[in-house]
Amino acid sequence: MDWSFPPAAEEFRTEVRAFIDEHLTDDVISSTHQGTIHNWDFHKKIADRGWLGGAVPSELGGGGKSALEMAVMIEELQLAGAPIDGMGVAIVVASVVLELGNDHLKETIVPKLLSGETLISFGYTEPDSGSDVAAAQTRAVKDGEEWVINGQKMWTTMAHIADYVLLLTRTNTDVPKHKGLTFFIVPLETSGIEIQPVHTMGTERSNATFYDDVRIGDEWRIGDIDGGWEIMKAALKYERGIAGGQFPSPPLIDAFIEHAQKTERPDGSSIIDDPVVRERLVRSLIDVEVCRGFAYNTAFLASEGVMFGVEGSMTKLFASESYKKHSKWFLDMAGTEGLLYLGEEGAPVGGVIDEHFRHAPVTTIYGGTSEISRNLIAEGLLGLPRTR
Amino acid sequence: MYLRLNSDELAIQDIFRSFFESECSIERVRTSQHTGFDTEAWERLVETGAPGMCLPEHIGGGGAPLTTGAIVADLVGEFVAPLPFIEHLVASRLLASLAPDHDLIPALVSGEKIASLALQPTEDDQAKLVPGGAIADAVIACKGNDLVLASGDDSISLLRNTADLPLAHRSLNGAETIASGGAAVERFFRARSEWQALMAVALTGLGRKAVDIGVAYAKERYQFGVLIGSFQGLQHGFASAITGVEGSHFLSNRAVSALENDSDLGERLAGMAFLFASEAALDASAASLQYHGGYGFAEEYDIQLYYRRAKGWPLQFGDPGVEYQRIANLCLPSGKVA
Ligand SMILES: Cc1cc2nc3c(=O)[nH]c(=O)nc-3n(C[C@H](O)[C@H](O)[C@H](O)COP(=O)(O)OP(=O)(O)OC[C@H]3O[C@@H](n4cnc5c(N)ncnc54)[C@H](O)[C@@H]3O)c2cc1C
Repeated sequence: MDWSFPPAAEEFRTEVRAFIDEHLTDDVISSTHQGTIHNWDFHKKIADRGWLGGAVPSELGGGGKSALEMAVMIEELQLAGAPIDGMGVAIVVASVVLELGNDHLKETIVPKLLSGETLISFGYTEPDSGSDVAAAQTRAVKDGEEWVINGQKMWTTMAHIADYVLLLTRTNTDVPKHKGLTFFIVPLETSGIEIQPVHTMGTERSNATFYDDVRIGDEWRIGDIDGGWEIMKAALKYERGIAGGQFPSPPLIDAFIEHAQKTERPDGSSIIDDPVVRERLVRSLIDVEVCRGFAYNTAFLASEGVMFGVEGSMTKLFASESYKKHSKWFLDMAGTEGLLYLGEEGAPVGGVIDEHFRHAPVTTIYGGTSEISRNLIAEGLLGLPRTR
Repeated sequence: MYLRLNSDELAIQDIFRSFFESECSIERVRTSQHTGFDTEAWERLVETGAPGMCLPEHIGGGGAPLTTGAIVADLVGEFVAPLPFIEHLVASRLLASLAPDHDLIPALVSGEKIASLALQPTEDDQAKLVPGGAIADAVIACKGNDLVLASGDDSISLLRNTADLPLAHRSLNGAETIASGGAAVERFFRARSEWQALMAVALTGLGRKAVDIGVAYAKERYQFGVLIGSFQGLQHGFASAITGVEGSHFLSNRAVSALENDSDLGERLAGMAFLFASEAALDASAASLQYHGGYGFAEEYDIQLYYRRAKGWPLQFGDPGVEYQRIANLCLPSGKVA
């Protein structure tokens, strides 16, 4: 095995680190505490470097950053705690449109996505379908040259700041559920769309979106009629490695070390000198190294052009489950002060320990729950019988 | 970056897989339970050249990197082989780097004699619970600032233990000093790291096999009219277990590479991989044993052999709690100075 990155990727790592030092200011990080997990300015600066376009595969006309360079960039941004959700969505949708979209979509959407001017949100989940995403009920019906859409989506994150939604709809109810789905890219300003906030126990907000006789032209359809599952698969394919989620813990660990080093217990000892604290910190650092092994493996597979599946599920499962455990440990180890909210006087490291504790549970839910990951591993890797 | 075995490595793996299949079947593991060592299998291993494979060529060794040793270590774990491959490899490398002209070297390169390493701190001229101590011809221990080599002890007696290991105390009375000073002690610690990293790889092989055994059982045992492997409770337990084992696969092989390349990260990654792999292997064996139901507890079923070794093999290094603190001192700051 060879664990070294090629020189170009290591040089790129240096460049990304310098970019982070310059642009990932405290203001950028704290802006994401206001409910929106996106920072336009930071996003635009990444786009200006050409890194969004760079991430799009070169055979689709992208900027030809290699899979390993992308992995390095995503790793460094996550280690630094940068807001990258919007970036992931932009890269994924641009790639899907370039591979499977019509000319209208390629011309109207892709340049704006890759220049960082516009954002798109994912509209898969509904009130009654989440893990069973193919059970979507939002209806799209053809009326002359137009489509009429009716239904509701849940958890349409970033829809309130995005211009579009990648919308999963049902166009056929007479066939098995996977075979009657069609995707559209719908401009969110179209009349009949309503966006309502969904607040969470974390600092992030999401949305419920409502579609009431929304009329759009056929040029907004992506993929074949009833061929939506192909688009879903393509989106998942491009999401691998780009969506992040491999390194949720390092910003928390760094923050806690900073706190523990300068904070005394009532008996005058430093928190960081407590052997229990030290063991848990080492355990957390080990988990991060395990995540690194998983992340480098998926980057390696991507660089070989291998379509991986279960490997991604294992990465996501391990990273999110260990992060949830860490967030609990660090809150305990910060003591009662650890409970204090962002910006509260006396809150350790500005309150980020509470923030991570609040945020961590969603990481084992969104993007495929831990249970779904375990199903996929049991079936795909261990060959156990399907239970659904 | 290339995270699979290359074609040469795959060929080596094939050769050794055949070796372990014929010489370390689970029946052979069982027949050597009382000695923790299969003499005949070791003699066959000697014929393959494996004992000297990672020793330098100028002393007659195979000159292979530690990563090649890891291929064999993985199989040692998979087959829970009663062979002191890892101890011999790291102790011989240690002696070869400190005293390349030592009389014992040729016999260690060939594997005619077996070497091991005292992992516990020595007390009162004794190395306690030496891995392979009941069968090793030569044991290297660190005594203060000196590295000493004990050989030819007649009073060795095996101490029965959790994992059927050939553990024994070894007297250091009259042991020969082979090197002294900071650099020598540092080299000894490096050998411990090599042991940890290769043990982590072996535990990965062990854990993977433990899951395989359980999954195979779950695909043939029926309860409530269905295969137990169709119960999601079992599926999720197996999925979590294999995820830990795969995590330990990447981390332990990265640790071996880091040691091979003399990276600064080698020592800490070896310790981290070792600690992680120890837990992953035990979790995997424990899950698999649980999913055998009562049979898992029966002597007759193999999973208990894995379960006991998953705990016993790494514990030869000592209390993991102590090791966590050592790694903490390598990676973490201490309290405020100002
Ligand atoms: C903050 C946030 C942001 C999100 N952003 C988006 C977004 O931008 N776009 C979008 O489309 N979606 C988004 N989601 C939705 C997310 O993907 C879903 O919440 C997730 O897929 C789970 O679906 P569900 O919530 O309907 O739970 P359910 O599917 O109802 O699951 C409930 C429980 O049952 C378990 N379960 C379900 N099926 C199985 C099974 N087969 N085997 C075992 N256990 C099972 C689940 O693991 C879970 O524990 C977001 C969610 C959150 C919380």
